[in-house]
Amino acid sequence: MSSPDERRDARYDVPLGVPDPGAEPARRNGHRRLTAPSARPAAAADPADEPDTSADEPGAAAEPGVPGPATPHQPARKSVAKKAVAKKAVAKKAVAKKAVAEQPAGSTPAGETQNPAGPAVADRPGDHWDRKVAQGLAFLRRRLAGDYEVDEFGFDPDLTDAVVHPLVRLLYRDWFRTEVSGIEHLPAEGAGLVVGNHSGTVALDALILSTALHDRHPARRYLRLLGADLVFRMPVVSEIARKTGGTVACSPDAERLLGNGELVGVFPEGFKGVGKLYADRYKLQRFGRGGFVSAALRTGTPIVPVAIVGGEEIYPMLADIKPLARLLKLPYFPVTPTFPWLGPLGMVPLPSKWLIEFCPPIPTAHLRDAADDPLVVFNLADQVRETIQQTLHKLLERRPDPFGP
Amino acid sequence: MTPGDTSGAPGVVVVTGVGRWLGAHVAARLAADERIERVIGVDPAPPNPELTDLLSDVERIRLDLDSLGGLLHDLDVDTVVHLALVTAPDPQQGGRAGMKEQNVIGTMQLLAAAQRAPRLRKLVVRSSTAAYGVSFRDPAVFTEETEPREVPRGGFGRDILDIEGYVRGFRRRRPDVTATVLRFAPFIGYAADTTLTRYFSQPVVPTVFGRDPRLQFVHFDDALEVLHRSVAEEHPGTYNVAGPGVLSLSQAIRRAGRVAVPVLEPGLAGVAAIARSLGFGRYGLDQVDLFVHGRVVDTSRLEREYGFTPRSTAAAFDDFIRAHHGGVVVTRDQLATAEQLVLESIRQVRSTVRERS
Repeated sequence: MSSPDERRDARYDVPLGVPDPGAEPARRNGHRRLTAPSARPAAAADPADEPDTSADEPGAAAEPGVPGPATPHQPARKSVAKKAVAKKAVAKKAVAKKAVAEQPAGSTPAGETQNPAGPAVADRPGDHWDRKVAQGLAFLRRRLAGDYEVDEFGFDPDLTDAVVHPLVRLLYRDWFRTEVSGIEHLPAEGAGLVVGNHSGTVALDALILSTALHDRHPARRYLRLLGADLVFRMPVVSEIARKTGGTVACSPDAERLLGNGELVGVFPEGFKGVGKLYADRYKLQRFGRGGFVSAALRTGTPIVPVAIVGGEEIYPMLADIKPLARLLKLPYFPVTPTFPWLGPLGMVPLPSKWLIEFCPPIPTAHLRDAADDPLVVFNLADQVRETIQQTLHKLLERRPDPFGP
Repeated sequence: MTPGDTSGAPGVVVVTGVGRWLGAHVAARLAADERIERVIGVDPAPPNPELTDLLSDVERIRLDLDSLGGLLHDLDVDTVVHLALVTAPDPQQGGRAGMKEQNVIGTMQLLAAAQRAPRLRKLVVRSSTAAYGVSFRDPAVFTEETEPREVPRGGFGRDILDIEGYVRGFRRRRPDVTATVLRFAPFIGYAADTTLTRYFSQPVVPTVFGRDPRLQFVHFDDALEVLHRSVAEEHPGTYNVAGPGVLSLSQAIRRAGRVAVPVLEPGLAGVAAIARSLGFGRYGLDQVDLFVHGRVVDTSRLEREYGFTPRSTAAAFDDFIRAHHGGVVVTRDQLATAEQLVLESIRQVRSTVRERS
């Protein structure tokens, strides 16, 4: 590049000449293009565009066969950029809205004749960024107009796909370098109860598990998580939980979800698992009353145990200040090497290496009548617990260094 | 039942609360049904002037509910439809005390009279999904069997629990009477005028910060249909009446083209009380609780037993939006135009950049 400075100047010049609303995102856009090997002719750029950003993605090589038209396994970087653009657009939106409102009636049709209504892809086929921007804007418009569906539990697939999964994807693939195995043990369709070990002081493992499952499962299934009622007491958190498909862990909800043929995720250890000390890592806690087993038995749903390794190291909890926890009405108050010492910086999870393994399903259809038999329920709960514990040990052997590659 | 009558349709129907919107419409609708011989509307107060036309075919009797016993006996009434419920305290009618008097005491008196009515065969009582109370441990979807985990804080919710308790007692004492309890979701529609429709009609709508409750509505016309069928057919038991599907509050506000203003939850009840006393809206703890927890019910029993599915919550809300497009702040067309505008300017800038570089 002969004169990057010149080019930069030129970029900053451009927005001055055009109406305000589009300026910011566009610069953003240009910037992104230039960071990639830049001045490629637009037409040639399109097919090469996808691989070029994804070349350094560890996960990308794993699924070349994924047919999805929307490239669900999109390189995280793109989503980030898209988000960035989208975010800018939110800010600009307000301005734009005003602009639209203030515009004289005559100029609006003019604006509309200019664009051959929408098909960004049509005039420059395959222009990646154009498509991204158009998608982001369409998403924003859908959100602002309320044009999306929410199910009876409050699950909002539109928001989950567009915002939550891309964010968590960054975390699970790039930050935690998660390896997933045994995905074939999950049912392709119909109900399944995924039972996992809980860990990590902050229950990130639930989010990671649901995104990883959604990304790796051939049918792109959503995991409907069951959460403690504390989650649903907290403002904001409760709504994130509901919108990503979660609901309160109680048998009516579990059975309703399973009855609808959903894949339900549950962590029977609850806060005992999340809030255990680092010294107790990978030791499964008590499994409560086995309510999850009863729910599975009543609906004849197979139970798929899942072992998650890596969650324990993200916020290693060295101590639990019980009086403070009681004061704040929390189940525990963690002290980690970084929290609360470093303040908000202490919230950054340590980049441990994660392994997730789904174990072979345990069928329950033949035990349908035994849902109220405590002996059967406890035996089955124990079997699930043992399976997870053994798989944890096996995975830990495979991962000698918690912060390895 | 008169001999030879196979439809199960009643002869003489008493409807309480005809002075109000719902009662008047139900009474008018029953009066228009040829199978029903006689419809008598009871209300201590004269009906609203705009409802009098509606009630032309209805025999109206101005009567307090405590003197209903004689009426039921003398006129050989075989069906009572109890709709005289007050959903929010009205300062002009005694505030909360008057509301409780009307809801709880009124229902007690009605049931006492009904219990002594020899020819009574059918009792239809309006209830509300507020009967499920609110709690953070509640399941996401209430079926008719769900027991409330916590007594609601709001007056209306408590009244509803009391009313349902009295109806249970009545069922025990008069097992020969078909008692139908209809738990209605909030009414909505082009013409409905309730606390909630007034709430959604404002251009700027207050919400609770960090909460996006799931809401369900029932279209007013569907509520009328269900009430009509309850009178004309035999449907003993308790039924949830709501439009299938769910709207989240933020989604509803956006669809209505309004702007949401999140308000912090602590002290919200106090603010609502102050606003109420100053005459801004009539939001009480009932509304605050609804906007924190939301409420979704299972309507499969209604659909199965009545063979009738109310229009979906989203469709009912659309109908409401069409009638209340006055205070719209943002329209869909504006959003679509803005989208095109932004997209177009981005394209322009990009092509300019490309040409220059």
